[in-house]
Amino acid sequence: MGLAAIVVLNGLTLAALYFIVASGFSLIFGLMRVVNMAHGSLYLVAGYVGYRVFEPLYDADVWWAWYAGLAAGIAFAAVIGALLQALLLSWMQGQELRQALVTIGVSIIVADQVLAVFGGTPRQFFAPDAIFGSTQVPLVGGYPTFRLVQIAVALGVGIGLWLLLNRTRLGMMIRAGVDDREMLGACGVNVPVVGVAVFALGAALCGLGGVIGSTAQPLALGQDGRFLLISLVVVIVGGMGSVTGTAVGAVLVGLAEQIGQALFPTYSVILTFVIMATVLALRPQGILGRG
Amino acid sequence: MLDVRDLHVRFGEAHILQGVSIALGGAPLAIVGRNGMGKTTLCQAIMGMIRPSEGEVTLDGRPLTGLPPYRIARQGLAIVPQGRRTFASLSVHEHLKLVSQGRGARWTIERVYETFPRLAERRRNGGTELSGGEQQMLAIARALLMNPKVVIMDEPSEGLAPVIVDQLIAVLRALPKDGMGLLLVEQNLRVATEVAPEIAIMVTGRIATSLPAATLAEDIEIQRRYLGVAAGGHH
Repeated sequence: MGLAAIVVLNGLTLAALYFIVASGFSLIFGLMRVVNMAHGSLYLVAGYVGYRVFEPLYDADVWWAWYAGLAAGIAFAAVIGALLQALLLSWMQGQELRQALVTIGVSIIVADQVLAVFGGTPRQFFAPDAIFGSTQVPLVGGYPTFRLVQIAVALGVGIGLWLLLNRTRLGMMIRAGVDDREMLGACGVNVPVVGVAVFALGAALCGLGGVIGSTAQPLALGQDGRFLLISLVVVIVGGMGSVTGTAVGAVLVGLAEQIGQALFPTYSVILTFVIMATVLALRPQGILGRG
Repeated sequence: MLDVRDLHVRFGEAHILQGVSIALGGAPLAIVGRNGMGKTTLCQAIMGMIRPSEGEVTLDGRPLTGLPPYRIARQGLAIVPQGRRTFASLSVHEHLKLVSQGRGARWTIERVYETFPRLAERRRNGGTELSGGEQQMLAIARALLMNPKVVIMDEPSEGLAPVIVDQLIAVLRALPKDGMGLLLVEQNLRVATEVAPEIAIMVTGRIATSLPAATLAEDIEIQRRYLGVAAGGHH
């Protein structure tokens, strides 16, 4: 009973991280119809830039070192995302294949630059004292506090995104833009600027995931590909461009990964893709995807 | 107000607009013509949704040609497009909030709800959960709330029941009182002739002729030649 509860909780904390990262991917696809193959690179860059800010502060024993690293990672990812859209992708608006190929190119350049600038050493943030250590959880016993924080952050991101999309003017523009970009422009809305804002927001979410994820597990080269792949699987399973769908997809993939590792470690990797293949065969638009 | 001079639009080899010139003053101007004559292309080219290959569009003397749609909209042009194109993900009320300019403007959300009580009743419904007539009212309200100098309407009566068409005519006839110019593209000759004093007839990408509404309404021969309608234009 206790073991099963731990496995489920592990699955949910992993799902929380996947949701944070994939929600940015899904948001960008929803409005811009861009499959951003550089999404994983944003995770990597946010982690390393955040760590560069974090490390000296941590060595100086400043209590807000981690928060500074988090802010730096998010901000840097947001700027890169905005530049990616404003300088590169806006030139090929509507040419989906070309945009996907360009972002693959960007991801290769970013991976090499990260290696050149930050070296190949794996890094890991230390969570601040307030969210470090362990917390008693019913059925499970002592459980790492930071992983529970991860779930709280994911819930915050989900609620925040819902409020943004459904209760703000920018959210109205984003939804209208998903329906009919051209008509939104004819209503006097500067759609390209909305696009840059959405890209910055989606990248910021990935940056948030990058620092959170690199606190829970080591940050190393190769994480970019891993999180891109996971984002793709999560939004394909849940449904492209839907926040709720992304949450459902993340929970399914996170649980499957952890339960698979507990029951049949050797083949657990396949389980995620079995889920994806099943969804693609039965409901190609994703579980909560629109028509 | 709105001047279109020698506008050409080409899609590859196809020469859709072949030098259209129109001048819109304070009174509504209607453009009629059969399907495929380039009326919708003209509307979209004026609004910046299609890039013209030659020609010039000005509003109160300011050039609009080549600007993106959002900047043309901000200069004072609004469009009620063919097919209404209301947003599926926005409620009726959100459509109005998206374009509303606040309390000081001539058209406010309150005035829209007074003019179109049906929209007030359906304010929480999504933009595509409405009947055809309601969607049309919403598309018109969306354009009016931008308080444009000129509104372009592309076949607003399409698919509407006769009773709704009468309401539409009443709304359109009231626009000049707000100082709003109207460029009305119609297939329904009755709507065109009751709203606009001057009718331009479009044939294969050109304005073939232009004549007073009363003349067109009576001249069966012109109707038959340019529009292919037998009599009266009731269809």
